Amino acid sequence: MFWVRSIAKFLLLFMFVSAPVKAGENRSFFVPTPPKGKGEKCVEETAFMRSNHMDLLMHQRDRTVIDGIRTKKHSLKECVACHVVFDNEGRAVSYQDPKNFCRSCHDFAAVKIDCFECHASKPPQGKGHAKINSTPIPSAVDAYRVSRKFPQ
Amino acid sequence: MTISPERRRFLSQAASLAAGVTIAPGVTLYGVAEAKPDNMAVTEKVRWGMLVDTNKCSDGCNDCVTACNDENGLKGHGRPQTDAQWIRKVNLKDPRTGVKKTLPVMCQHCSEPPCVDVCPTGASFKRKDGIVLVNKHTCIGCRYCMLACPYKARSFIHETLTDQKPDVPRGKGTVESCTFCVHRVDNDLQPACVEACSKTNKALIFGDMNDPNSKLSRALEKYPTGRIRADLGTDPGVRYKGL
Repeated sequence: MFWVRSIAKFLLLFMFVSAPVKAGENRSFFVPTPPKGKGEKCVEETAFMRSNHMDLLMHQRDRTVIDGIRTKKHSLKECVACHVVFDNEGRAVSYQDPKNFCRSCHDFAAVKIDCFECHASKPPQGKGHAKINSTPIPSAVDAYRVSRKFPQ
Repeated sequence: MTISPERRRFLSQAASLAAGVTIAPGVTLYGVAEAKPDNMAVTEKVRWGMLVDTNKCSDGCNDCVTACNDENGLKGHGRPQTDAQWIRKVNLKDPRTGVKKTLPVMCQHCSEPPCVDVCPTGASFKRKDGIVLVNKHTCIGCRYCMLACPYKARSFIHETLTDQKPDVPRGKGTVESCTFCVHRVDNDLQPACVEACSKTNKALIFGDMNDPNSKLSRALEKYPTGRIRADLGTDPGVRYKGL
């Protein structure tokens, strides 16, 4: 009867792993939901920014450092100032915090960036805009745990 | 009421133009400071430089160093041997006569910078307007430039840093030095040390050496000035008076 039990175990495991997740309810656990920036819209179309923001930043960085061109449209400083996220005490969070705008996606996509080893990841104290009501964003590992119903 | 930077720039330009017209009607006034638009690259028309009047620099005053540290977010780690130092006060004494001098020394922004010659990645570079910088995106932290610099102007960051200033990115494993507060200069402001000194001793003058009407050029024309280790032929942008 060993094989029956094995199959039963396998089926149970299969059902458990592939348990359908209700649409909408757990959506944020699979798709990152980055907090909104302060303006009406981003400097470029959202879809364009999603796939090309790194190229814009790379392009701008050389223009700024070498040529002294300091236009604000694609500057990292402006990105950081607009996309600042505040914690419950109203303090801007840095890249160390998983709620940080950049991390909300990069954690999910497992992208490790080193911008903020040198650059400030939050505007100076007292700068920025009003508190953003953002739900806590799960990291990829949390999302995995929830989807697999593993204990936290 | 807050004024956007664009509007402020427009107003300041308008004000300087108006000043030119009212001061000298019918006379063309040269040298009205023109702000570099944000989208324009720096050019060789400008050569930023500084004059240090060592007669006015007073012993015990450290305002330029403090202002530099504040502006650029330099914090010590209690290790003077390796802590970042972009500008320092140097005390000199002539052993024969006993005469004493005190003066600030920082990156001399040479027109022939040895740090640029030795850099294996091109990270150490001279901007077209004469400001010598480290491009930290390409700096590999080899520190050849620190050895090459005859003024010991450069520092290496040994520690992981947090809470850097948004305008002054700094990070572990790269070399850095005085930037003439390039982020301020690009926004028509004086370097932090010059601004601090202007409140007390007025020993520092910053300006465009290529503009014959700048305060700096007029001072350089008027007084004999010298350069540190002029024999090396590095042609520093920082000049000293009374040394």
